Amino acid sequence: MSLAEERQRKTSARNGWLLSAPALILLTLAASGPLLVVLVYSFLEKGQYGNVLWDFSTDGWTGILFSRDIFDDTLKLADAHLTIFWRSVKLSFLTTIITFLLGFPTAWFIATRTPAHRAIWLFLITIPFWTNLLIRTFAIGEILRSEGLINTALIRLGIIDQPIQMLYNDGAVLVGMAYVYLPLMVLPLYSAIERFDMRLLEAGYDLFASRMQVLRHIILPIVKPGIIAGSILVFVPSLGAYVTPRILGGGKNMMIGNFIELQFGQGRNWPLGAALSMTLLVVVTVALLFYVRTLGKGGSGGGHG
Amino acid sequence: MKEDIAVTAESVVKSFGHGAAAVRALDTVSAAIRKGEFFTLLGPSGCGKTTLLRLIAGFETPTSGRILLGADDVTDLPPNRRPVNTVFQSYALFPHLTVRENVGFALKMLGRPASQISARTAEMLALVKLEELADRATAQLSGGQQQRVALARALAPQPKVLLLDEPLSALDLKLRKEMQVELKRLQQETGITFVFVTHDQEEALTMSDRIGVMSNGKLQQVASPREIYTAPVNRFVADFIGETNFLPVTLVKEGARLGSGEIVAAEGKGGVLTIRPEQVNVVRADKAGAIGARVENLIYFGTDMHVHMRLGDGAALVARMPLPPGGDGGLAPGDAVGVTFAKGAARLIEE
Ligand SMILES: Nc1ncnc2c1ncn2[C@@H]1O[C@H](COP(=O)(O)OP(=O)(O)OP(=O)(O)O)[C@@H](O)[C@H]1O
Ligand SMILES: [Mg+2]
Repeated sequence: MSLAEERQRKTSARNGWLLSAPALILLTLAASGPLLVVLVYSFLEKGQYGNVLWDFSTDGWTGILFSRDIFDDTLKLADAHLTIFWRSVKLSFLTTIITFLLGFPTAWFIATRTPAHRAIWLFLITIPFWTNLLIRTFAIGEILRSEGLINTALIRLGIIDQPIQMLYNDGAVLVGMAYVYLPLMVLPLYSAIERFDMRLLEAGYDLFASRMQVLRHIILPIVKPGIIAGSILVFVPSLGAYVTPRILGGGKNMMIGNFIELQFGQGRNWPLGAALSMTLLVVVTVALLFYVRTLGKGGSGGGHG
Repeated sequence: MKEDIAVTAESVVKSFGHGAAAVRALDTVSAAIRKGEFFTLLGPSGCGKTTLLRLIAGFETPTSGRILLGADDVTDLPPNRRPVNTVFQSYALFPHLTVRENVGFALKMLGRPASQISARTAEMLALVKLEELADRATAQLSGGQQQRVALARALAPQPKVLLLDEPLSALDLKLRKEMQVELKRLQQETGITFVFVTHDQEEALTMSDRIGVMSNGKLQQVASPREIYTAPVNRFVADFIGETNFLPVTLVKEGARLGSGEIVAAEGKGGVLTIRPEQVNVVRADKAGAIGARVENLIYFGTDMHVHMRLGDGAALVARMPLPPGGDGGLAPGDAVGVTFAKGAARLIEE
């Protein structure tokens, strides 16, 4: 490239940046402004009535893991908090696993239909998205509750005579989240499987691989980007889930989202709520960075021959 | 001898679809492919070559009939349990594995120890001359290199039979010629039975020990290239392989009588006489025993010349001769000439 061309290219690039500057500034402010408020609040003293006092304090951050003894003022590990974190991570992880186990065969089924049928199946998969999350979650509750669909059916069939308590426990939350987030797993898996060259299956069988070996050594490694994308798309919102654990888990089975809400409401501890929010954000960001990096590395994996 | 047979197809029928829409891709095909031979399936597009190969590999099961490998009936065995490997037309290399891992794949699936896999893989890479590219991703290879990886991958587990479905059709002409030589060398070095599919007759004639000519789901003739060329059993084979003349004849005591009345000697049986253009000699019209003809046209092909003629009854006949030093050998359209057939070259075949 000649010097003049180079200069020309740089100028036009600079003009491009200048033109988009207003939009970029707005975006930056809109994205980082509220975050900045949250960050600042996490380092302030909590107020008596839920507001904040403008004094520097790290109590919000220590409050994540420790609680102060009301008598001797010593710090102790806050078991209740740890239980909530552990439940959040556990349920999100299990949700990811369940949606994968259900979503993979579903995505495979759709991707192996004729193109015209694929569109119909994909549409069916996304239908729940058109319905309000609250309504969907209540619908699950309606199915699970003591006088609900399942219990009524089982009693009528004479299989049980007392309704089984299925609502307001971790299992109910899991069912609800798996249902709500399943499409987020199916769609990226579908797009990875759709690009998968089915002729590789025959090559695998020809080279003495059993069905399980073909799955493990050919299909899974090649659709890995789709698996990672789906897992993160399910795991991240699961971790911050609020509506589902609230409605299906009852008051006791809190997840991080409910816990944060509690701090800004009845708990009246805004700094702790802010610190918890920041922590969640960091965890999610790390997960996304991991995702982007693996995609960058394995990007050529999905290509065709 | 039964022990010498690597692959047997016994009255194999393969139909796709049901009822009125059913396609009979293979129609009662029987063949015996010998151990260590380079066997080629040749035929026009859609004649069932790939279907027969897929039946041998185990990707399809026959509608009726049996497939045997050696003495074993493998008709109902899945592909991963047949000692047969395939070089796919699309190569079907694993995009997430390196060249080395692709080549070692089958041995890994068979659970061989790592030391054996790496030794065998290295041996295969040397055989196809790809040692330097062993750790590349397959997407970074040229078509010819991918072809070699596909070959090495299929040869690594030492199959009893190697199936190749038009493996050269994606390559350009020069590379194709190189790979033809290469394939032949590999086949001779490894001693493995090759079943090779092509619709390129020249490829089939130069590479094969024996050729099976197919059309419409039927195996028309199985013979050596020379025999296929010089003694085709029917009009389809004669027409498909090389160029040839067809003349309707009636059989008489002395031989075959042409439409124009002359009687020529011919071997075989049937109502059509075939003669290759290069076996037709153009002579003076008054030469004894010559068939009368009239030159219609002269066409030059570099070193060769084609003489298009008509016999007394209007039947078309083409002769091919090396270009005479003078240019046209004294021939011109409209000339009356005589025609003789090289001894033993004229053959009778079924319509
Ligand atoms: N899975 C299938 N379903 C329906 N018909 C098929 C199927 N596979 C092959 N056929 C039909 O069987 C016939 C033989 O096909 P085949 O692929 O064996 O031909 P081929 O000789 O390999 O042709 P080509 O040289 O074009 O590869 C064709 O008419 C084809 O349409
Ligand atoms: Mg074919």
